[in-house]
Amino acid sequence: MQKNVEIVKVTNLKKLYGDLPAVNGISFSIKEGEILGLLGPNGAGKTSTINMMIGLSRPSSGQIMIDGIDAIKDIKKVQRIIGVVPDENNLYGEMSGFDNLCFCASLYGMGKEEREKQAKELLKQFGLTKAADRPFGTYSKGMKRKLTIAAGIIHNPKILFLDEPTTGIDVESTRQIRELILNLKKQGTTILMTTHYIEEAERTCDRIAFMVRGEIVKVGTVRELMENIDHEYKIKLQLDNCLEELKVELENKFPSYRIEVLAKNSCLIISKEQVPLSPILQVLDEKGVSVYEAKGIKPSLEDVFVRITGIDATKLEKVGR
Amino acid sequence: METFIAFWNILKKDIKNYYLKPPNISWGIIFPLSWTLMQLIRSSGNIEVIELLPGLMAMSILFGTTSMLAVTITFEKRSKSFDRLLLAPISLSTLVAAKILGAILFGIINAFVPVVFMGFLINLSGINWAVVLMAVILIAITSALLGLLVAVSVKEVFEAQTLSNFFRFPMLFLCGLFLPIDKLPAALKPISFCLPLTYGTDMLNSAIIHNSYFSILFSIFIIIVFIIILFYLCRRNIEKKWIL
Repeated sequence: MQKNVEIVKVTNLKKLYGDLPAVNGISFSIKEGEILGLLGPNGAGKTSTINMMIGLSRPSSGQIMIDGIDAIKDIKKVQRIIGVVPDENNLYGEMSGFDNLCFCASLYGMGKEEREKQAKELLKQFGLTKAADRPFGTYSKGMKRKLTIAAGIIHNPKILFLDEPTTGIDVESTRQIRELILNLKKQGTTILMTTHYIEEAERTCDRIAFMVRGEIVKVGTVRELMENIDHEYKIKLQLDNCLEELKVELENKFPSYRIEVLAKNSCLIISKEQVPLSPILQVLDEKGVSVYEAKGIKPSLEDVFVRITGIDATKLEKVGR
Repeated sequence: METFIAFWNILKKDIKNYYLKPPNISWGIIFPLSWTLMQLIRSSGNIEVIELLPGLMAMSILFGTTSMLAVTITFEKRSKSFDRLLLAPISLSTLVAAKILGAILFGIINAFVPVVFMGFLINLSGINWAVVLMAVILIAITSALLGLLVAVSVKEVFEAQTLSNFFRFPMLFLCGLFLPIDKLPAALKPISFCLPLTYGTDMLNSAIIHNSYFSILFSIFIIIVFIIILFYLCRRNIEKKWIL
């Protein structure tokens, strides 16, 4: 469903709070039908970026074009074709799930019959039919999140803004929401999603933009992001014994390799170039060490994130799960 | 049509979610009733009972409307559900109108609680009801807009209540309710003329006790000017403070 047309184009977007830049001159584009993920720690400027794009915040400078409309000059036109799922579940606690969806649909001018039909369909699709008449305030976190997403797409938006869609919910609900997002993509919805979960970005997004301190430091597909870094080759060996002397021995024999002892019976061979296994196995065999397993370790997106941004990836995880 | 659907549903939601809740209904009835009883007992024959009616109606509208709107909007802003309304493809003016209409209707109903109560005690046949209705509507609109202006200026519900009292009580004492405008000290008169409630109360006085300081048309004109200014200020402040 992904087309080659740039439906969203952000140019040199800046947001200053006093002298402090929350978003510092970022530029990116999203193709029609694509999922772009803004990945970064809290305070990176992800929500500020989305807020400027949807009309909840005014940019200090820059340009936002959404489906050919200037979002800064004509935000009401843009709001007609976009859906927004904020990072907080902001539906009305005393209203039922069904009434909440119908109300949200009415804000887009949908007639009674149409909005009730759409609400019922979404409740079914999101597995919330049984809870349809219960007040939103009594829902579990996962159910609240799902209903908030349903409310964001009730008017069939062309472009969906998802702010931290799976923050603070259980694994099962996270999985369901991921599936829902991918289904929306299949139906042709263009999605801009913010997250601080590396795994979520990797699994869901077509392209990922690393955002740190108000700046986008790198954008690309997972493959492109991986290719572009100067990565090391790593082989993890599972042995019957891995002593410190063995490490020294291997490093003496193969001076271009770096050896890291991981545990009593495993070690990691790190090299700038591909590592031929047979000479290593020969040395180990001579030393009487048995090799049970040799596994190539590819750099993860987390490694890439750390390398590019210089930020400890655990900072992302800590905030999340 | 699309705008009307959004407008109507925002109004319907507010009435259902806030104004028809038992605590608010009781507030809307008990508050004006208590004021009526209090004034009746206190007056003990010194003044005609009917002379109390304009003041009671004006107070009921002012307190009911400003409290409700300031609190409900601050509450929605805090829970971020107000952002949903800001994200809707409707103009800010439509949104403001939809939000204040619920409070206006609440204020109008509040205003007639003392009327119904007094209807059992005195003869209300000499009242010009058309002018009363016009005055009630105009006071309700200005009070709702003042409530909205407060809501835009604060972050917490308790702040909304505190700030509301800053203008509500001076307004009550200076609008001619307790002391006729012509008997106010000269230094306070200009302040009184700057309050929308002064003109609303004067209209009520004219219609109920046939005693007024200004002409009805003049009061209507001035209140409409207040409405336009307050509506503009509310809209401007929402844009300025809520769309950061």
